Amino acid sequence: MIYADNASTTKMSKTAINAMLPYFDNIYGNPSSLYAFGQEAKEALEDCRQRAAACLNCEPREITFTSGGSEADNQAIVSAAKAGAKKGKKHIITTAFEHHAVLHTLKALEKDGFEVTYLDVHSNGIVTPQQVSDAIREDTCLVTIMFANNEIGTIQPIKEIGAVCREKKVLFHTDAVQAAGHIKVDVKEQNIDMLSISAHKFHGPKGTGLLYARKGIVLSNIIHGGAQERSKRAGTENIAGIAGMTAALEEACASIDENYNKMLPLRERLIDGLSKIEYSELNGDRESRLPGNVNFCFEGIEGESLLLLLDDKGICASSGSACTSGSLDPSHVLLAIGRPHEVAHGSLRLTINEEFTEEDIDYIIEAVTDVVTYLRNMSPFWRDLVNGVRPHVFAK
Amino acid sequence: MALYSEKVMDHFRNPRNVGVIENADGVGEVGNPVCGDIMKIYLKIDNDIVTDVKFETFGCGSAIASSSMATELIKGKPVSEVLQLTNKAVVEALDGLPAHKLHCSVLAEEAIKKALKDYYDKNGIEYDKNLFPDCDSCAHCCDQ
Repeated sequence: MIYADNASTTKMSKTAINAMLPYFDNIYGNPSSLYAFGQEAKEALEDCRQRAAACLNCEPREITFTSGGSEADNQAIVSAAKAGAKKGKKHIITTAFEHHAVLHTLKALEKDGFEVTYLDVHSNGIVTPQQVSDAIREDTCLVTIMFANNEIGTIQPIKEIGAVCREKKVLFHTDAVQAAGHIKVDVKEQNIDMLSISAHKFHGPKGTGLLYARKGIVLSNIIHGGAQERSKRAGTENIAGIAGMTAALEEACASIDENYNKMLPLRERLIDGLSKIEYSELNGDRESRLPGNVNFCFEGIEGESLLLLLDDKGICASSGSACTSGSLDPSHVLLAIGRPHEVAHGSLRLTINEEFTEEDIDYIIEAVTDVVTYLRNMSPFWRDLVNGVRPHVFAK
Repeated sequence: MALYSEKVMDHFRNPRNVGVIENADGVGEVGNPVCGDIMKIYLKIDNDIVTDVKFETFGCGSAIASSSMATELIKGKPVSEVLQLTNKAVVEALDGLPAHKLHCSVLAEEAIKKALKDYYDKNGIEYDKNLFPDCDSCAHCCDQ
C-alpha cells in the first residue's frame, strides 16, 4: 500500500508511541491529585508544555493543550470575538479557503451579529499582506488566516501578515495544523498571537492538539468544568496524548530541513509526471507550497471514481469532488481559487511524506495516468470536450 | 464496513456495456458537468425489443455501477418492460446504495427513459407524455 494521504493523517512515529506508553500503566495518576503519584503525572505534563513551547519559540504558560486543531481553532476565535465584542469590535477577517473548523466557527459568530470579511485567495491560493491591511477596520477584533492550506498546500505570508496586524493592533490567529512540524513555525519571529496545531498531522496521536496564545490574551472557555489548563480548558489532561504529541513535535521540528530536502524533489517529480496528463493542472502555487502536497484537477472525470480505482491499485489519496465531500458542491478551496465546478469535481490530492521513494512516485504517476485515461474513455463529458461540444478549461 | 456493496464494486470495476452505439435508435443523456455526473444511454431497438444497449458515464463509483446495472436489466427486454424500469429496481439489483447515492440510480432510470423518448420521437410513435419526467427540472441536480 502507498499511503499518499498524509495531510489527512499520519502514521505515528515509534518515538511518539514510546513516549505515550508509560502514561497508560506506570504513570496513570491524575495530575490534579495531591499525592506524589499524581504529581508525577503533573510534572510530566509541565515538562511537555515546556518542550512544546521550545519547539514553537514561546513560553510554556502560553500553551493550552486541547483535543486537537478544531478545538484550538474554536477557542482562539471565540476568545478573540468575546474580547472584541466587549469593546464593540465585531469584525473578523479571514480567507475564503480556511478549514471548516475556522469557517464554521465564524459562521456561528455571524449569527451572533459579527461581520466577517472573506479575503480572496487568488488563483495561486495565496492571500497578500496588503489585502489584510486594506481590510482591517476600526472595529476589527481578529484576523485568522491559515499557515498552509490543507487541500492545496499553499503557504501564506504569515510573518508579513502578522506584522500588519501588530502595526494595526489587531489580534492575529493562524491555523498551523498543516504547517507545524513540516515547515518552520516560530511564533515570535512570525508575529503570531494565537496558533493552533494538531498532533496527528506530524506523526503524533489523534485527539491531541494545542493552542498557543500570547501572554496577555484572555482565553474564553469552550469546555467548562475543572481548573485544568489554568482553568481555560476543563477535563482531565490527556497525558499520554500530550506526551506523544510533544515527542512527535520535537522529532518533526528537528528534521524539518532534512525532510523538506528529501520530499521536495519527490514532490517536483510527481508534479512533473502528472502534468504530462493532457488537460490537467496543478492546483495552487508551485513554489510557496508544502513539500509533501500535490493537488491536481483532471478534466472530464470525477474524483470519487478516481479514488476508488487508485485504491484498487493500493494508493490512498483524497479528492475535493462533491461525491467525496458528501455535499452537492465540490471543495470550497478549489472554488475559492477559481476552479469551475466541473473541473473541481475531477480533483486529486496526493500528500507524501519523508519515507517516499522515487519508485513510489513513479508508480503513482503511472497508476493515475492509467486511471484517468480509463475513466475519460467512458466519460460522455470527456467525449464532448474532445469533440469541441463543450469548451476545455485547461490548455492541452 | 465498505462504502459500497460487493455488487456495486463489481459493476464499478467491471462495468458491462460500456461504449457507444453508432446510429443508435434512441439516445438519452441526463445530468450535467456542474453537478459532477452525466449519463448517456444508447439503445438499439428491433421489433420493439432492446437488442443492444451501451452507456457512457461521467461520475462517481455508484453512478458508473448504476448505469452498468441498468443496462444489464434492460438488455433483451421488450420496450414496454423497459419503460417500467425504476431506480428502485436498479438499487435492489445492486444490493443497495448509500442514501446520498440514490440519485445515481434515478439518473440511470431517467437516462433510459430519455433514450426511449428519443426513439419514439425519431420514429413518430405516439406515447403517453406523463411517462417521461422532465429531466431539465428534476430535483436531484444542484443549481447552476
